[in-house]
This record gives sequence, C-alpha cells and structure tokens, in this order.
Amino acid sequence: MEPGTKENTSFDADKIREHFPVFFQPENEGLIYLDSAATSQRPREVLTACKNFYEKINANTHRGAYKIAERATAAFEAAREKTAKFVGAGRTEEIIFVRNTTEAINFVAYGWARKFIGTEDEILVTEMEHHSNLIPWQITAQKTGARLRFFKMNENGILPLDQLDSLLSRKTKLVAVTHVSNVLGTVNPVKEIIRAAHNVGAKVVVDGAQSVPHLPVNVVDLDADFFAFSGHKMLAPMGIGVLYGKTALLEEMEPIYYGGEMIKDVDYYQSTWNDLPWKFEAGTQNIGGAVGLSAAIDFINSIGIDNIRKHDHLLTEYALNELKKIKDLVILGSTKNRGPAISFTLGNIHAHDLATFLDQKNIAVRSGHHCAKLVMKKFNVAATARASFYLYNTKSEIDALVHALNEAKGYFSKWR
Amino acid sequence: MALDELYQEIILEHYKKPKNMGLLENADIKVEGKNPFCGDEIELAIKLKDDIIENVTFDGSGCAISQASASLMTEKIKGKSIVEVKKLISTFKKMVKGEDDSQVDRDNLEELLALQGVSEFPSRIKCALLAWNTLLLGLEEKLNKKDGKK
Ligand SMILES: Cc1ncc(COP(=O)(O)O)c(C=O)c1O
Repeated sequence: MEPGTKENTSFDADKIREHFPVFFQPENEGLIYLDSAATSQRPREVLTACKNFYEKINANTHRGAYKIAERATAAFEAAREKTAKFVGAGRTEEIIFVRNTTEAINFVAYGWARKFIGTEDEILVTEMEHHSNLIPWQITAQKTGARLRFFKMNENGILPLDQLDSLLSRKTKLVAVTHVSNVLGTVNPVKEIIRAAHNVGAKVVVDGAQSVPHLPVNVVDLDADFFAFSGHKMLAPMGIGVLYGKTALLEEMEPIYYGGEMIKDVDYYQSTWNDLPWKFEAGTQNIGGAVGLSAAIDFINSIGIDNIRKHDHLLTEYALNELKKIKDLVILGSTKNRGPAISFTLGNIHAHDLATFLDQKNIAVRSGHHCAKLVMKKFNVAATARASFYLYNTKSEIDALVHALNEAKGYFSKWR
Repeated sequence: MALDELYQEIILEHYKKPKNMGLLENADIKVEGKNPFCGDEIELAIKLKDDIIENVTFDGSGCAISQASASLMTEKIKGKSIVEVKKLISTFKKMVKGEDDSQVDRDNLEELLALQGVSEFPSRIKCALLAWNTLLLGLEEKLNKKDGKK
C-alpha cells in the first residue's frame, strides 16, 4: 500500500449502503452498481427531502406573499447558499441553478463566449473532454469564426503542462478543461492550467461533473472563472445542476432565456434584467431538485468529502491492482492519481458483449464511447467498458467484477 | 434468459468469420450507418440488377450482435428484390423488438431467427438493427432518387 492510502477505518460502505433504497428493492437483489460516473444512486435522506418539499411547502418561489410560498422560496435560496459553501464560492449569487453540466456549459457558450469571442480569437479545449465540454466550443468557434485548438494528452491520458505555453497566447480567450476525466479518471491540474490561462488574459471554464461528487472543490482557490456540475452524479435528483461564475463575468454575460422571473422592469419595447443569480433563472425553477441537492450536500457533509475521496481512492487502487492481474485486460490511461472511473478493454471482446455478460451477473458497468469520442480516437478503440465507484461500493463488489471478468474470458474464448 | 440464447452458435460463426466483408467497387448504393449511443459503425455497398440485389457487402466495427446481424443480413438479401427486402426488414425488426407477427413471415427469416434472443435484451436491440436500418436508408435514398428522375 502506498503511503497516504491508509485503511479508511472509520468508513463503513456497508452501513452507508443502507441509506440507499435502490439496493433493497426485491427486483434489484444482488445489484452491483458500478456506474456512478453516469449517475449516482440517491440516499433516502434526499428522496425524503424532495417528498417533504412537495408534500409540505410546495409553492412557486419569489411569487406568493403567503406562508408556504415564502417557505419554498427560503428553501430554494438556502439550497443555493449551501451549494455556494460546498464549492467555496465567494458569493451565494454566483451559483446559478440549471439542469445539468451540459446546460451550464452551454450557458457560458451562448451567454458569454458568443458575446466576447471574435474571429481573431482562439478557444483551447483539451482532448479528453466529455462531448458536453467540446461540442459547445466547436459550435462557438464555427459561429464566431474563432479558432478551436486542442490541448492534447499523452499516451497515459495526462495533459502535459509543459506544452501549455505554446498553446496559449494573447489570442486565447477561453480554455475549457475537465477537472476529472469521466473515461480515464485523470485528475487534471486545473489550478495550474487556470493560472497559465489567466497569465495571457484567457478565461477558464471547468467541467466539474466528475470532481464535485468525489473531491473537495474550492472554486475560489482554483480561481475558476466558470465551473459546471450536475446534481445527479452527487446523490441529488436528476434535473438540477449548477453553473458557478465569477460575479463580474456573470454580470457582463447575456441571459440565455428570457421571460418571467429574470426581469427587473418591463416596458412595451424593452426590459431590464434582474440581479444575479435570477437574471439567469427564467421561468419556474426545479425547486424540488434544489432542495434535493441541498439534502445531498448535507449527506455528503455528514460523511465528509475527504472520507469519500479516501474511500474512492482505496477502491480505485484496489480495483486497478486486481484488474491488472487479468491477462489481456488493458486499462486506459495512467494508473496514478486518478478519480474512481476505470475504462478497460478485455482481449478482443467488444465492450457491449462484455457489458451484457456482466449484466447477467448483476454487475452494472457502462460500455461504449462514454460521450468522449476524442478519447476513444486517441486510444484507438471503438468502445470500452467502464467501472466507476462511489461511497456505497465495496471491495467485495470489485472482487465480484474481477471474478466475472475472468469468467467472461472463459465464455468468450470459444469465439476465437 | 441465458446468455447462450443470445449468443447462439450461428451468431458466433458469423461474428468470427463474417460473410461479405469488404466493400464492393462500382456499387449502386453506398450507405453508412452509425449508432450514436455506442459508436458502432457500418458501411454497406450494394450492386443492383434492375430491382434485384445482385450483390451486397459490408464493412464496419462493432459488437458480436451488430457484426453477426450484418453478416447474416447480407447473406439473406442477396438475389432478392427491393420489395421483398423491404418486407424482410420490417419482419426482422418486429422479431428483434419482440412484436407480434405472422408465423409465416417469421418462418421466412430462417437463419435470422438466431437473433430472436435479442428481444430479451433491450439494450442490444439497436445493435441488431444497425445494419438493417442502414440498409433501409440506402434503399430509400435510391428509390427517392429514382422517383425524382421521373
Ligand atoms: C466529465 C463530464 N462532463 C459532463 C457530463 C455531462 O453531465 P450531464 O449529462 O449531467 O449534463 C458528464 C456526465 O456524463 C461528465 O462525466
């Protein structure tokens, strides 16, 4: 065992598991869920918080001068405050509620980049982005005439920082980088990337979809300009996500949607926009989702994000070690300092065939290109299987995976 | 359902040694299909003689189900008329989606019946259908062009 990876004795995944009803449904008996990078499961506490919202204080926010409306509004704004604290935002109004990471990044593309990026400019995107932090920049480049450039990774799936200076210049207006890769698990040195980008005057949008659920994140310490993440990967309901932006940037950014709630004053031919954050929250919001996110943060805090990180890390180290023992199993990317997602191929078995086999053993893994076709291209594979872990996963589940993979080799060997 | 019912012997044979692999030259129809969710890809090249599919080949990459389905399909449609093939596509689709169909039509599928097990694996239906949807696209494009010329 490496130094610093001491056994996480106070952490009891089996106990934590008891909070997650999905594992106790008769029809899910024996479910080994290794796809939390796609979406996490949700603890009872979160489900109850949502139920309580709809049962007890359901009303539209910011609209009614009556008690339950006031309570709904307070719950929504308290969720914002809790979220701001959780990611270390300097001000609560820098937290914009959206649907998910994808929507958050598109907000930046439409509201900020279209306004401030022109034909002479460059946008730098890494090669390991999820499509949601790639396609918006392709389109932005096409529409603005800006040049799209790529920060390539090396064969270990690592972004070589020493290449950065040659990619950045005064022309660079925006850098898009994922904090943690959803395919390779690589934890990127975003703080260093942001510092380098700021040195040439570029802004940075960080995709935190895979980091916020698993690592302590402080957007101010990172000095991120924009930071996006999804609730559903961190125990919260689907349909609630967050865009963090620095106040000055959010102020100069255009609204994305126009309509109710986002206005300050309305006249026949023109209107003015509401203050942050409401300028970006047109129409009725996902209040129940925000309440669920707040409960998810409470749940994470009750365990401690550091403890979760350690647990994820131990599981990942253990899985890497065990998987390496399987002949013909190839792990994509580096095996050091990575988040809890491991993509692999096994001999010439196609990832879908492998996933179907594992599903027969009740093991849920993801197969395919993981919305990261550039990563697939880089590693010259069409598809991979991916196992990913979270706080409710256990070593024995990894043992089951390894056992099943060995069985799969036997089963598919007749195919050669 | 047991895995062996999905991965029947015939399917494995066609996966290991696909028939009609590689692309025909001077084809009358060339068409590409992709499965956006999983990245499987296929390309078909079809040589027509009047309304008969004289020859058909494919190229592509994907899982056992998608590759075997493509291989079996090329074997099955050779020598058939476009009208017959369109009917076959519809019968095949019904089978893998697990929809009702007439017994006569289904019996006509012969070797393709090996893919019947797919209907029990919803996430794999799209794998089995990739080649067939691509074929349908190619035929329709061709027919539209013809109609346009008239
Ligand atoms: C790194 C990364 N970015 C973005 C996304 C997109 O998240 P969402 O689908 O919630 O918008 C995901 C999730 O699939 C992801 O893993």
